[in-house]
Amino acid sequence: MSFRLEPREHASVGLKLTVSLAAGIVALLLVAIPVLSAGGSPIEAYGLMVQGAFGSMFALSETLNRATPLILTGLACAVAFRAKLWNIGAEGQLYIGALAAVCVGSGLLQLPPALMIPTVMIAGFLAGGLMMVIPTIIKQRFGADEVVITLLLNFVVILFIQMLVEGVLKDPLSMGWPQSVPLIAEAKLPKLLPRLRMHWGLIVGVVAALILWLMVRKTVLGFEIRAVGENKAAARFAGIPVDATMLKVALISGGLAGLAGVGEVAGVKGYLSADLSPGFGYSGIVVAMLAGLSPIGTVISAVFVAAVFVGADSMSRATGISSYIADLVVALSLLCVLVGSFFLRFRVKFERRQVGA
Amino acid sequence: MTDTPVLLSLTNITKRFGPLIANNAISLDLHRGEILALLGENGAGKTTLMNILFGHYVQDEGDVLVLGDGGLAALPPGSPGAALKAGIGMVHQHFTLAENLSGLANIRLGTEPLLSFGREGDARAKVKRIIAESGLDVDLDRRVADLTVGEKQRIEILKALYRDAKVLILDEPTAVLTPQEAEGLFVVLRRLAANGLGVIFISHKLGEVLAVSHRILVLRGGTKAGELVTADADRRAIADLMVGKAVAEVVRIPALPGETLLEFDGVSLHAGGRQALSGVSLKLRAGEIVGLAGVSGNGQSGIAALISGLAVPTSGTMRLYGEAVAKASPRDFVMAGVARMPEDRQHDGVVGTMSVADNIAIEDVRSPAFSKMGLLDRKAMRERASAAIAGYDVRCPGPDAEARLLSGGNVQKLILARVLEREPRVILANQPTRGLDVGAQAEVHRRILAARDRGAAVLVISEDLDELFALADRFVVVHAGELSDAGPSEGLDRGTIGLMMAGQARPPVGIAS
Amino acid sequence: MDALFDILGSANFWAAAIRIATPLIFGVLGALICERAGVLNLGIEGIFVAGAMAGWLAVYLGAGLWGGVLVAALAGALFGLLHAFLTVILGLSQHVSGIGITLLATSVSYFTYRTALPDVTSPPRIAAFQPLNIPGLSDLPFIGPALFQQTPLTFLALVFVVLVALVLYRTPLGLAIRAVGDNPASVEAQGLSVVGLRVGAVVAGSALMALGGAFLTMSAFDAFFFGMVNGRGWICIALVVFASWQPGKALLGALLFGAFDAFQIRLQAQIGQVVPGQVFLMLPYLLSIVALILVARRADYPRALLQPWTKGQRH
Repeated sequence: MSFRLEPREHASVGLKLTVSLAAGIVALLLVAIPVLSAGGSPIEAYGLMVQGAFGSMFALSETLNRATPLILTGLACAVAFRAKLWNIGAEGQLYIGALAAVCVGSGLLQLPPALMIPTVMIAGFLAGGLMMVIPTIIKQRFGADEVVITLLLNFVVILFIQMLVEGVLKDPLSMGWPQSVPLIAEAKLPKLLPRLRMHWGLIVGVVAALILWLMVRKTVLGFEIRAVGENKAAARFAGIPVDATMLKVALISGGLAGLAGVGEVAGVKGYLSADLSPGFGYSGIVVAMLAGLSPIGTVISAVFVAAVFVGADSMSRATGISSYIADLVVALSLLCVLVGSFFLRFRVKFERRQVGA
Repeated sequence: MTDTPVLLSLTNITKRFGPLIANNAISLDLHRGEILALLGENGAGKTTLMNILFGHYVQDEGDVLVLGDGGLAALPPGSPGAALKAGIGMVHQHFTLAENLSGLANIRLGTEPLLSFGREGDARAKVKRIIAESGLDVDLDRRVADLTVGEKQRIEILKALYRDAKVLILDEPTAVLTPQEAEGLFVVLRRLAANGLGVIFISHKLGEVLAVSHRILVLRGGTKAGELVTADADRRAIADLMVGKAVAEVVRIPALPGETLLEFDGVSLHAGGRQALSGVSLKLRAGEIVGLAGVSGNGQSGIAALISGLAVPTSGTMRLYGEAVAKASPRDFVMAGVARMPEDRQHDGVVGTMSVADNIAIEDVRSPAFSKMGLLDRKAMRERASAAIAGYDVRCPGPDAEARLLSGGNVQKLILARVLEREPRVILANQPTRGLDVGAQAEVHRRILAARDRGAAVLVISEDLDELFALADRFVVVHAGELSDAGPSEGLDRGTIGLMMAGQARPPVGIAS
Repeated sequence: MDALFDILGSANFWAAAIRIATPLIFGVLGALICERAGVLNLGIEGIFVAGAMAGWLAVYLGAGLWGGVLVAALAGALFGLLHAFLTVILGLSQHVSGIGITLLATSVSYFTYRTALPDVTSPPRIAAFQPLNIPGLSDLPFIGPALFQQTPLTFLALVFVVLVALVLYRTPLGLAIRAVGDNPASVEAQGLSVVGLRVGAVVAGSALMALGGAFLTMSAFDAFFFGMVNGRGWICIALVVFASWQPGKALLGALLFGAFDAFQIRLQAQIGQVVPGQVFLMLPYLLSIVALILVARRADYPRALLQPWTKGQRH
């Protein structure tokens, strides 16, 4: 008995869903090992996580609140990865977007909410986009790899934000905390429901996913992004402006990450601080990969990842198992989905080799 | 020759790829001191057979037997290491050299214990001895990246001889050589065979097979179509064995050249850190096919890049319809009615994971035909694709099939459909039939000639002189970035062109126009 | 200007430069081995964390210091093996796998640390490596304290520079590694195993990376902190390009970086009142970016980097 790999001609939507689902389940099974080693019961732990993430209106709101930035950073990564632009800098772009929101929205402009909110969002989008356009230009002009540059820029940006919130942007009324002046009321995103933290950023994220989905399928830009991502040489040969398309992708990608930052400042915190994001940018990579880079799938996988984090926090309080378990689930899900992508490309065939006479 | 011992024996080798039978119960014997030619069209199963022999593929049935100390013994399937150890050396069509290492390092690679020191001296002495015996002269200390194609091939042969190969397999070894270099290779091969080596020479070129081999084995469609001794062979009979059916000759009427549509005037091009073209002048006229011959890597890609709109001259002028081209823009060229067939069609011609319809529309996707206000007109794209599939006989499941599932010939038909449907005025056909079977070749040639007769100016770049003789009204030869004057193809012989390709001769008097 | 000479003239500065460079030397060498074989290992950041945690924990639980070093290397090798399985054997995206390894190694380390030490408020300490006293050399005026009062791991890093260079340029194994990163077909055609070479290189390289992490908890500091690796792994990925994949230049790059970092710390002490501290902290990252941009155009990337390989594949 031996096995052999056959390339698949086509991977159906059903198969893709199955693989994603299987990857999530395998990841949860693997995480049972550390849960057991920490002296917990996996079934109880997962039960508590589900309850913590979805068990009440409050829990659900917390989960969706957490999913909001993840949808946007997930979309940021999905659109970039499709074009083979390795944007690992969503974390930094998120902060820059948040910074732009604070710059525009903390009193510099006085507009009614109907104008103020879009202004803040556009500012955050453009600032985040610029943060990705720069490494893309560097890649095109100097040939320097965008992976390392966007990664390193994350560290630079966070230090820069620290500097600002301890310096020029520092709120004099913050009693010494390193946080920026707050947004004016007109710039804040309204809550979706009273007394719950969910805010309009969630709607922005879902709409962004729908727009991207339509863009990929129905527009010339989407066509060009696919061509450039799948085969740059052929796209260039066929007359598609490769560099310009990449810059558009960079702007959209960084812009979406920037919007995530706007959402956190304008929808949740109300001010900027250097601990605004617990790694939403990095989790966005996982969200996008779990979704197979599909915009609609990104919404679902963002909710999954958010639920893991929110559920793990609540489970951790109840059982004493470290909440780093959530990071473990997320990391393992990513690797499982990666392995799953292998089965999307190949079909494993078991067979008996016929030995010649 | 058959009185010497058998070095290698294949018995009933069968290999299937899904429903396709690439090799069907093929048997052959190779004797000591013999040059055996494996002749067949592209897709006849030659390369598959050799990959099985060398352990790259595992056969479904049959055995590879090699002469060892205890007589003929079967090789374990799927192990290049075992094949090497048994004394089989293979020179692949695409060289398997590490370009960042020296020639000597490539020869030593894998022959010494991984953690050992100071064996370079012995290795060098042995290689020197082999060079002296075989005449395969080459600088052993230069980085392979800096060697010419012919030199790289010599390194490949030395690699095999260094391992004391009893059997040497060469896969299409002359594809990258000038006729003169090929003749030099034949001399080496005869000398090696005389010293007792068994050689398998894979080719689809009848002429050179007749020139170098002792025995010929003809493959067709994965089966053995015939086996004959070269000395008794009849050219016509072998050709029929190879092709299986008579292929209609493409009929060509004399050209009626019109006005100049594309012109190179003293064009030089600097690309990739070196001078690709220097002072090239050339006119492409309506209703005429110019054939560009040359050994690969002498400036063809520079000329193709210019006509594709991927580059502009570093100095000199390129004029399209009389106007100087100032900006490198493939899109502008497409819009101006230039049809471009890329050299590497899988790599540059199609986006494999996009559909046939997408790939047919890709050059035009911004035009009103396929999109309005930035939104795609999927229906129009699919209709156009359906028409192209029917009109150009593109074999595929339909407009929505992914392009990567198409065979090489069908990809080329897809590209023809994409570029010819717009009735282009200028056509660049870069290696238009490389890797295609005879039927597809004839189809491509017919289309190109029809476009010429319609009034298009055509440049055909090809390494296949037969193809150029079949198509070209005028000939130019490129060597080291310089172009010969374009002369009419009538009265030209292969020898003259070969010398020009090697840079050793100017065109004879009478050709220069 | 005087400040500059004061800094450069102090033995303490040079000692600090070498100390800061040490984990980077391990990291760049590790990345270099992987990439020479054709595999980008973005797991480096997480492997640093895993090495730092595993080495420290082993010592904390009673293993000797060198036992800790071994455990760290093993932890790195294990994550390397996973990366190799995903990228070499299954041929999956090296970018994504690397990021995944970084996330996994980091979260496993943090989780293990939290689970092993649930109740501590301040990080517990171990008896870390102490600077060696080399008779004759360590006592030399200026040179001694500047260069020769380092812990054993620093000297181990230097030994590895020589060892890696020796293997890469003087043995058939090195020949094969350099060949497999340029054109795997060349290696396969000569009967060597592409998969074997690549897996071996990634595992060995990852073990070295983990030693870089171990240096942090067992030499530079004596405890494990969350976030202590702080981008050092990514900096190594930039430095390996800067070093053109050569061990000697890797050492030079790491030392230059160490000197720069030590310099900015001292400069900060002198003019920190005028310029915010974060500006100085940003400089190492910005320097890495600038270095990457400067060398990118003429960088001679291993040709097969990022290219998966399947047996019998033509190209």
